[in-house]
Parts: sequence; C-alpha cells; structure tokens
Amino acid sequence: MSLTPEDVSRIALLSRIELSPAEREATREQLNGILGFIEQLQAVDTAGIEPMAHAVDVVQRLRPDVVTETDRRAEFQAVAPETEAGLYLVPKVIE
Amino acid sequence: MSQWEVVIGLETHAQLQTKSKIFSGSSIAFGAEPNLQANAVDIALPGVLPVLNREAVVCAIKFGLAIGASIAPRSVFARKNYFYPDLPKGYQISQFEIPVVQGGGLAIRVPQGDFLRGVGEQEKFVHLTRAHLEEDAGKSLHEDFHGRTGIDLNRAGTPLLEIVTEPDMRSSAEAVAYARALHALVQWIGICDGNMQEGSFRCDANVSVRPFGQKEFGTRREIKNLNSFRFMQQAIDYEVHWQINEIEEGRAIRQATVLFDPDTGETRAMRSKEDAHDYRYFPDPDLLPLEIDAAWIAEVKAGMPELPQAMQARFQADYGLSAYDAAIVTASRGMADYFVTAVAAAGTANAKTIANWIMGELAARLNRNDTSIEDSPIGATQLAGLVMRIADNTISNNIAKKVFEALWNGEGQSADEIIEKQGLKQITDTGAIDSIIAEVLAANPKSVEEYRAGKEKAFNALVGQAMKATKGKANPQQVNELLKKKLGG
Amino acid sequence: MINSSLRKLSAALAARKISATELATLFLDRIEKLNPGLNAYITLDRAKTLAQAQAADASGKVGAQDTPLAGIPLAHKDIFCTKGWRTSCGSRMLENFVAPYDAHVVEKLAAAGMVTLGKLNMDEFAMGSSNESSYFGPVKNPWDTARVPGGSSGGSAAAIAARLAPVATGTDTGGSIRQPAALCGLTGLKPTYGVVSRYGMIAFASSLDQAGPMAKSAEDCALLLNAMAGFDPRDSTSLERPAEDYARDLEQPLAGLRIGLPKEFFGAGMDADVRAVVDAALAEYRRLGATTVEVSLPNSGLSVPAYYVIAPAEASSNLSRFDGVRYGYRAPEYGDLNDMYSKSRAQGFGAEVKRRILIGTYVLSHGYYDAYYLKAQKIRRLIAADFQRAFENCDVIMGPTSPSVAFAFGAKSADPVQMYLSDIYTISTNLAGLPGMSLPCGFGAHDMPVGLQIIGSWFGEAKMLQAAHQYQKVTDWHTRMPENLK
Repeated sequence: MSLTPEDVSRIALLSRIELSPAEREATREQLNGILGFIEQLQAVDTAGIEPMAHAVDVVQRLRPDVVTETDRRAEFQAVAPETEAGLYLVPKVIE
Repeated sequence: MSQWEVVIGLETHAQLQTKSKIFSGSSIAFGAEPNLQANAVDIALPGVLPVLNREAVVCAIKFGLAIGASIAPRSVFARKNYFYPDLPKGYQISQFEIPVVQGGGLAIRVPQGDFLRGVGEQEKFVHLTRAHLEEDAGKSLHEDFHGRTGIDLNRAGTPLLEIVTEPDMRSSAEAVAYARALHALVQWIGICDGNMQEGSFRCDANVSVRPFGQKEFGTRREIKNLNSFRFMQQAIDYEVHWQINEIEEGRAIRQATVLFDPDTGETRAMRSKEDAHDYRYFPDPDLLPLEIDAAWIAEVKAGMPELPQAMQARFQADYGLSAYDAAIVTASRGMADYFVTAVAAAGTANAKTIANWIMGELAARLNRNDTSIEDSPIGATQLAGLVMRIADNTISNNIAKKVFEALWNGEGQSADEIIEKQGLKQITDTGAIDSIIAEVLAANPKSVEEYRAGKEKAFNALVGQAMKATKGKANPQQVNELLKKKLGG
Repeated sequence: MINSSLRKLSAALAARKISATELATLFLDRIEKLNPGLNAYITLDRAKTLAQAQAADASGKVGAQDTPLAGIPLAHKDIFCTKGWRTSCGSRMLENFVAPYDAHVVEKLAAAGMVTLGKLNMDEFAMGSSNESSYFGPVKNPWDTARVPGGSSGGSAAAIAARLAPVATGTDTGGSIRQPAALCGLTGLKPTYGVVSRYGMIAFASSLDQAGPMAKSAEDCALLLNAMAGFDPRDSTSLERPAEDYARDLEQPLAGLRIGLPKEFFGAGMDADVRAVVDAALAEYRRLGATTVEVSLPNSGLSVPAYYVIAPAEASSNLSRFDGVRYGYRAPEYGDLNDMYSKSRAQGFGAEVKRRILIGTYVLSHGYYDAYYLKAQKIRRLIAADFQRAFENCDVIMGPTSPSVAFAFGAKSADPVQMYLSDIYTISTNLAGLPGMSLPCGFGAHDMPVGLQIIGSWFGEAKMLQAAHQYQKVTDWHTRMPENLK
C-alpha cells in the first residue's frame, strides 16, 4: 500500500497539521517507508486471536459520585493563549 | 404526498442526574459562571486521566431495566476523534462497538385523527437499538467577543446516555409521542431531570422518505438539537415536505446534518459539518472494560421505582380504573406520585373519584395556569380530603368545586377548614329542609300549579329554588325526595 | 558525594554529615558547570530547589525510618507535570507551559522528602531513541559528546552518567528508560504496566507508557521505585495491589535462578561488540549459580512493526488536546479556526511527532482500522502469549538492551525505520506490559557502555532487581563514570 499526495493531504487535514507542498512530498515518502515496514504484519495469520487493547487484563474501577473539584479557573486560564470574561476565545465558529 | 412513507429514527441525549461529571469530580450543576466547573480533566490538561463515575453506570442499568433491554456484561469505552473547540481532548469518550444497553423498546400511544373528527389513540412499540454512556461537550458562545467565539467548558464531561431507536416511526406525531414517553420514563426512573430548556434532554431526528412499498430506506438527513416537542414536530414536518419536494423536482437527497431554525420554521445544513468526518473510533486506552455482573443489576433493580406499565396494571386490577385512566395518572412520575399519595390518604375506595378529579378539575386548572403537578397549589392530601368529604356526603359535587376553588386560591389549609369556615356543610337535617321547602312552595304557587298540571320542568325549578335558598348546601337528593313527598307524589 | 549510592547519601544526611541544602548546592554547582556541554537539564530554578532542600532539612523527614530518601536530590524527566516549574515535554508546543498541578510520581517523591534539581531534556513527547527530536536541542552522551545518549529519557540518563543527579525519573513506552540507560552505562527499570501511576505524566501511548527509576545501581532503582510505585485512584489503569518492598530480595543469592535466553535476541542484528559483552555477563551469571536456558519468542520480530501501529495510533489521539485553545502554543497568525489548529500544530510540533501523528491518524482511519490497528492488537496478544510460555521455563529473561552502542548524532536521523529498530529488544515488553530493566555490563566499540536487559514476569520487579544487584556486587561497571567528568 502506498500513499498518494491526496491521501497525505487528507490525513494532514484530519490531523490538523498544515503541510507545505514541499513538506507534503517529503512526508509522503517517509510515511510510505514506515507503512512499508508495517506491512509485514499483514502476512501473519491472526484468525481467532482476540485483539489486546490494554497491557493488563483488569476491569474498569469506578469512582464514587462525589464532587471533589473546586474552582481553579484563574490558575488554569493563566496559561491560556486568549481568554475573556472567563471564556476561552477562538476564531469565530460557524455552525 | 400520500405516496411517500416517512421514516424517522431518534437519537436522544439525556443528561444523567449525577452530582459529578462522568470522568471527573467536577460539579454538573447548571448555570455556573463560564468555566468555573471546568477542571483539569474537563479542560484536558496534559497528563490528566479519566475515571468512570459509578452512578452514571447505575443510571444506564436503570434505563436498560426500564426498557427491557439487555445490559452488556462487558462494554467498552472508545474515543471518537474530531477537532472542535468545545471538545477539549480532541476526542469524545463514548461507547462504540459494545454499548452498555442493547435492544429493548418503548410502548407509545399515538394520537390519531384530529379534533374535528374526534381524537383517538393507537398503541405502538418503538424498538431501541442501543443506549450508551458518553460525555457531553462544552458550549460555544457566539455572541460578540470582537468577532470571536467564546468557549465555556462547564458542560464538558457531563454524563450523557445516548438513546438510539430503530427507524420505527412513521410520522412526526409518532416521533413526538416517542420522545414524550421517553422524556417521562427517564424522569420516572430518576436518571434525568428532563429539563429541555437547559438542554438536559435533547433529540436528533434522522428523517428520510421513500415511496410506500419500497424496502430500502431513502437517504436520511439528521436534524440536530431539537429541544422542544413543538419544534420537533415542526422541524420534522418541514423536513419531510422539503425532502418530498426535492425528490419530486428530480433532485436527489444528500446525507446531511441540519439545524432547525424556530424563527423561520425551516431546516438548513450545518456548515461546520461539511467536511467529511472520519471519527477514527478506537478503544480508549485510558479506560478499561466496564463489567456489570448479575448481582449489581439485581441490586439496582431492587432500588428501582415501580415502572409505569406495572403501575397501570395494578391500578386497573386493584382500583378498577380503566386502561385509559390508568395511563393518564401514570403519564409522569409527578402525576403518579400525586395519585398514589392521594389514594393512600383517602382510601382505595376513593381511587376512581381521585383519578377523575386529577384528570378533570385539577388537570384543567394546571393547564390553564401552565403549572406542573409538582407545583400544584392543591397537594395530593388536600385533594384526598376534598374527595373524602364528597364520599361521606358532607358536601355535594357542586360544593366540592367551590371548595376546590377555595383550596386553589389558598383560602384554607384543608377542605375541612374551608367547609367549616365558609359554612358549606351540606344540610341533611330533614326538619330544616322541610321548612325550607315549605317556604319555597309558598313563594312559588305558579310552579306548584304547573307541576300538578304535569309539567316536570316545574319540579326542577322548585328544586333549584330550594337549593338556592340553602346556598346549594342542601343535599340535592334529599330535597328531591322531600319535595316529591310534599307535593303529594 | 556525587558518586554515592542512595543508602550512603541517606546515611550521611541522617548522621548530619551533610545537610539537604548542602547536597543540593553541590549538585546545582556541578550542573551549572557541566550542563552547558551536555544539555541534560532544560529547566533549572536554584531558588526553588534550595527552598525544597531547606524544607527537607526542617521537616524532620531526614533520617526518619519511613522516609529514607528525604533530603536526597533528584531530577524529573520533563514529561512529568510539576507545579510551578515549566513542563515542556521537549516540545515547542509546551515551551511556556507551567503545569498547575504535580504528577502523582512528583507528589510521591516530594512526600518522600526528595528535592527537585530541575527538569530533564527528552525527545519531544517521548518520541525518539536518540534525543535528537527535542525542541531544546539534543542531549550529549557524557561518555562521548559526539554520540547520542539514547532516548527518549536521554536527559535523565546523561544527568546521572555525568553525576549531575544521583537518580532521576524516566518513562518508557518502547524502551525509553532502558535504551538510554544502556547507552549511558546506567541502571534503569520499567515496571509492570500499572505499578506506577500515569497521572500527570504527559501521555504518548497510554497503553504502553510507564514511569520508572533511573540510577547508577539496581539497589538505587529499588529504593526509588519504592517511593514511586503505588495505587492512584486518578489513573484507571493504576493497579490496586499491596505495597511492595522492591529491595526485599536484593541480598538473596542467585543459586537456582533460571535465565531464559530468547534465541531471537541473539541472532543477526546485534553488533559483535555488544554480543561479546553480553555473553561475558551471562557467563558471570552462571558463575553466580544461575542456569541459562534457551527460550523462544517467535513473534518478537513483529514487535517493532506492531508497536509502530499501536503507539502512533494512541499518540495521534492523545496529542489532539494540543490545539492552541486552552494552553500551549498558538500560531501568531492564522485565518479561521481550522487554520489556527493546523498552523499551531504544524509550528508547535517537531518533525518526528508530526510523522507519528500522521501515521497514527492513517492507521485508525476509515477502511484501514482492521488492517492495521486491529491486526497489530492481535499480534500484540501473540507477543504477550510468547512471554507467558517462555516464563514457564525460566524466572527472568536476559539479552541485549540495544543492538549497538551509542551511535553518532545524525547517524539514523535520515531514516525513521532505522531509528525505530534501535528499540528492537525493548519494545516487546511494553506490548506485553512486562517489567524490564537495563544494567551496565561492560564496554563495546569506541569504549561506549553496553547494557544487559533483564525482562521479568508480570510483577517480577523484585526478582529482576535481585538478579541485577547480585551481579553488581561482583562487577563494577555500574560505578564507572566518564574520565573527563570526574
């Protein structure tokens, strides 16, 4: 499997990473190199094997329904790029 | 128009009534100042991790039990990846392949016909595909911040149960009936406050049309965020007309997400959803599989209130209510609580009378004042007191309406107090009634003559006069009997 | 002092031969002198460090039985959130990010009375095996500054090797503690997944990431791990187990220890100089009474490709929160919302991070999920099952940590896949969730250190540490330090 320039553009858009045309081509070559390397997985017979999503076989622990957090807005927003009236600001979102 | 069949499926987001968020210890109380309830996990600081709220799972189990679904012994949380400023992690934690609640369904009553030709109801069963736990997103505020959008993450992480139906509904009326039944049920079992203005209960409708007889579904469009039943009806009706018109004009329907504008009554495609999404779902590595065993389900079941359908059957069997009456008094948790409390106070013999008062006088009055039964100025025990005085002949039905009015207006704490204070006690003393009748007969010789000449109407006039003379307090039946006797039968 | 073990430092502090403040000052002065040539530390704050040291001196924790590490300085890999200190994760994205909270590990070590010397350089977001991907420039290997220290915990390794810290924290997603430990002549341990809380540790690949101790010796690792490990309700994958003393078996002799040697680890791919040193170490183990037995991990060859599906997939999602909205880098100029996202992330992330996000996005995308992600997860189970079988016949597994000694800067940076293969022996333990460690066992080509890897069974940390400590009692590789830094 080999990525086309369009594939790279699509992935970059999904990832929200801007690539210049020159970067796009270099990236395409590198990604194809990595995908070529990964390709060897396809040859393995994994019929009937359960996928392993976690390193340990345990189940989800549950938290009691208690409010433990207090207001720390000022502290959290001290590191924010742009805020006003307690809100995080971003370029206009059009629904 | 009649050649087109409408197909509707609903997805409902019900905010769960927990104290804290689904994956963090922040409060979910509504109405806080922006971002005061958005803590490290909610704003997705680097390094923070989600831990699942047990109560959110209990809510899901309750819902599964209430709709006869199967509750997955093992379900999995997945990440739904997309960028949006109200989604701090860049993914929403949801359930994808294995949801916690699978199958089940809801019986609904759909109004039939119209008001001119008479209203009827038809029962229908709506199948549910699934219900899964997920987190809510924050809110984007579009009012003017120098042309920028403000992000409030207080809502981010609020627990949601997303409830998905099969495409079982065939009209906006059915969709609304289902939404109302679901709305009542989630409140009934105490998992959601149902407040649609605050967004606690939001519906998305998937709407398509197809020619009758066609097996395949038409292309659907999804109407997002319907936050009132009226808008739901309007939006679906508009959308159906629009789709039929498009097809008849030779244009194909394209799958889209649309918004309903209540001001114009129209639906329009959302711009932000235009670029094709690829959510890249995968199991969240920060969360382990959720296991729910039979013992836990049994424990939750034991703590659940009696469900509306079981209650209806009981009311029919024990109180002799009709199926319709039983359905009405169990239409909401508030209604049922009111009924049950009143019956407990007045005795089961009065259950039917209580149901009649709730559905008649009380419902009309609440409706007129746009008040919910929970906020009724007349409490269940007050109504019970009133009904008991009717039953023991202390007051007539007519006087009872006066007492009801007085109770509504807060003129007294109880029916007894009002009856006493306003001297509304029925006159049952034969001697007293006799003398009143004598006065009436003396004052109305013309009516007496007419009656004797065979005019039945004149008798009623005399009864009326007697009642008037007692200010309605005489027992009408007694007046009837004594008058007849006096007039010589 | 700079060469002392934790026990010796603890004893000196308890005996008031030195105060925590004096000890911290000693290291701070050394850092000031030597760090510019190594670039191991990227954030220092002398005032904060000394305040912590003075607090330790005043706390009564020094010399107390339950806080044996009180007053001892350490440094944190810059992946751990530290309240009041910049936490950059080696990235321009977080160049100015001061975390408003402490990671669980940082909290625990502070509660133990340890003193923070500073924050250590690393590959950006822990993605790299050479420390060349750091936004703050590469870390130099103290043994030869023309060579890489390994990665991603390269700053941790270089700092300890140059004696700029007695011990340090590290994290290991595919070898990021063990490989730099090997390349810098140190001892480092990645615990069983779930033993140390990930809370406050900036996530790279959540199902693989695990924090662990880096030190000169196994004994120091055991003592530091004692203070780092433990249940944390804020991490769903943190395991609720009774507290363990990881140093409990250190002095037990090795007679009867069965060492499994995976034949796949001793085939082609390992440099001859590394092989000779590892073989000599194994001979030493046999002299100590252990027996060696050949085992097989037939799917271990698939671990690197499986890892390079799973880790980027998780990373692509984990790194989505870096969007320039609530914290972190935001591009100075942009158009609409998506342009802000795309420019901020393009400028805030370095090349390797972007590469992995793109790969991860691709393998999770519609139509490829089954072929890549699900397939890799199935192979992950095969790899874990291989270990399970192998441990039926042995107590620990040994082999090389890295196929070669530290390589020169630039040697592998042109070809990502070549770089990825640096972790060929370490990645499989992360996939299986097993504990693994590296300890110095000699010198190979160019007089650079070689690491011996020990892989334990699940929760076998104490056994691995025992095996390492017994070896370190009869060898002195772990006490060596670069001549020019003495």
